[in-house]
Amino acid sequence: MLNNKGRPTQPVAVDNGEISIETFTGNMGLRLESPLIFEQGMPGRIGVDMADPRPVKVRLGGLERKGPIGLPDLSEPQVLRHFVRLSRQNYAIDAGFYPLGSCTMKHNPRINEKVARLAGLGDLHPLQPTSTVQGALELIDDLAHWLKTITGMPAVAMSPAAGAHGELCGVMAIRAAHEANGESRTRILVPESAHGTNPATAALCGYKVEAVPARKDGRMDLEAFAEKLGPDVAGVMLTNPNTCGLFETDVKKIADMVHEVGGYFYCDGANLNAILGRVRPGDLGVDAMHINLHKTFSTPHGGGGPGAGPVVLSDALAPFAPIPYVVHNDSGFDLVEQAEGQAQKSFGRMKGFHGQMGMFIRALAYMQSHGADGLRQIAENAVLNANYVRVGLNDKLHSPFDGICMHEALFDDSTLKGTGVTTLDLAKAMIDEGYHPMTMYFPLVVHGAMLIEPTESESRQTLDEFIGAMRHLLDRAAAGDTDYFLGAPHYAPRRRLDETAAARNPVLRYTPPAPTEGEETAFSAAS
Amino acid sequence: MSYKFTKDHEWVLLEGDVATIGISDYAQGQLGDVVYVEVPEVGKEISKADELAVVESVKAASEVYSPVSGEIVAVNSELEGEPTMVNEDAMDKGWFAKIKITDASELDDLMDEEAYKAFIEGLE
Repeated sequence: MLNNKGRPTQPVAVDNGEISIETFTGNMGLRLESPLIFEQGMPGRIGVDMADPRPVKVRLGGLERKGPIGLPDLSEPQVLRHFVRLSRQNYAIDAGFYPLGSCTMKHNPRINEKVARLAGLGDLHPLQPTSTVQGALELIDDLAHWLKTITGMPAVAMSPAAGAHGELCGVMAIRAAHEANGESRTRILVPESAHGTNPATAALCGYKVEAVPARKDGRMDLEAFAEKLGPDVAGVMLTNPNTCGLFETDVKKIADMVHEVGGYFYCDGANLNAILGRVRPGDLGVDAMHINLHKTFSTPHGGGGPGAGPVVLSDALAPFAPIPYVVHNDSGFDLVEQAEGQAQKSFGRMKGFHGQMGMFIRALAYMQSHGADGLRQIAENAVLNANYVRVGLNDKLHSPFDGICMHEALFDDSTLKGTGVTTLDLAKAMIDEGYHPMTMYFPLVVHGAMLIEPTESESRQTLDEFIGAMRHLLDRAAAGDTDYFLGAPHYAPRRRLDETAAARNPVLRYTPPAPTEGEETAFSAAS
Repeated sequence: MSYKFTKDHEWVLLEGDVATIGISDYAQGQLGDVVYVEVPEVGKEISKADELAVVESVKAASEVYSPVSGEIVAVNSELEGEPTMVNEDAMDKGWFAKIKITDASELDDLMDEEAYKAFIEGLE
């Protein structure tokens, strides 16, 4: 189509799944389409006015790039609009209820952000002399004190950068402890329902991983565990509360059993927010446990910020903790940077600098703004909310394990049987209701699993609305409205994606379309 | 010569002393569309219950455990390029590996076709 000046202008015919959107622009009201940024480029369009560079002597030995790099030519407002439009298609916890869990995807209080941006904290450089950052070191020490008090553990390694990094730290400490005893143990036991990172960590540290089956009640099978224990077992890695949202009631016994054969007990602390202030892992015989500051202590998670996974350690493992760590002496706070002297048994350094300082600040702000009583209430509310959802749905969805859950409610797909609707279809229909779907098909031990974690930050009104939406969908599935579910999501910017094709033939690079006769595309003209 | 099955949904077909291993039609249905298969190396010695292959579907990544011990004499390397064969023909063209077995009695514990059918009906 040509405009009245004879310039081409194209209606955007968006084939949005099965229906074509009928607007000229492809936009649907305030839901604005944005083509790929490469498709928006126009030769010669420019966002900044820079002087031509002075001629320089090339010192790259013939390796300098000669051809164009193929970036689109864009103006500043174009770039801004493109990314603002994309960001408006995001779903985030700041936009709505997010029961995905992923081990606690919860609200990030804004006071944390405010404190982290204070000039005295936000403008620090990790290479500043320690005499100029005494306050920051004190903050790390304070946070370490809170973490040790909350968990009842004597030591903490602050530097690990995320949960899985923390696991690596814990298992490296376990290996270092065995090696210091002159022992070379070969196996680590991991329950079937463990987080996937647990067996991966053990394997990375050179151990053979052996899975321990679960009992009918969703907890680790003690008899099978006892059978697998032996003098070659380096330790056990157990998540508590576990991935079925259940407290491992035999946890103390498990600790005693592994200690009896000379092994260590690694506890995955990803779900700590369910027991915060109620149970101290140190009282359960834990030797090492990582704490996800980005989960339990509300620092931004997912795409929102880096993780931080400090690891609390028992007396037996503390000497092997990684460097650097903060100490307090006559002249104030200092950092132990070398594996010598008091740190001579340390297994070494895991990370440049001292850990995720920005997350330490936010976590401590969270702890201090809640206080000890507030932290205890976090656990109470997290468990209460999960059980509220469980009871609100348990006549429509089946819980594979009886009784009260911890911070997440787990259902299987048995009530969907015969409807033609799967867990995946139900999740897609939840998108139409304006919710991020729950965790699906995990844990693997439950058929068609749906794992719903509301977190402590949601109000009863939010939960009631969510339960109402879920009941509505489940009734609709039971009434045979299968096609609705197979077509969902109906109202998302894109309909059902072909996940199989995406996984089998991923297109990872933009290739400009071949120019057709008599027509120059923006990209071909630019390159 | 007939199919034998494990509780983990692998099948074994013994011809002479060479056992062909795959996953059952029920297993491929449960996995959904398979997008990637990692097969072992030829010549590797493998023990019963060791990891033989990895199957990745849109839903999950799962290990395939060897129901028998022995030496891997052939693998179905076509699966790496065409994982869809596991969905289309799990019981024949979607085979994973052939193992020259060392202990034929390991097959005694496995289920025959009828017992396996009853087993999966119990799971439903």
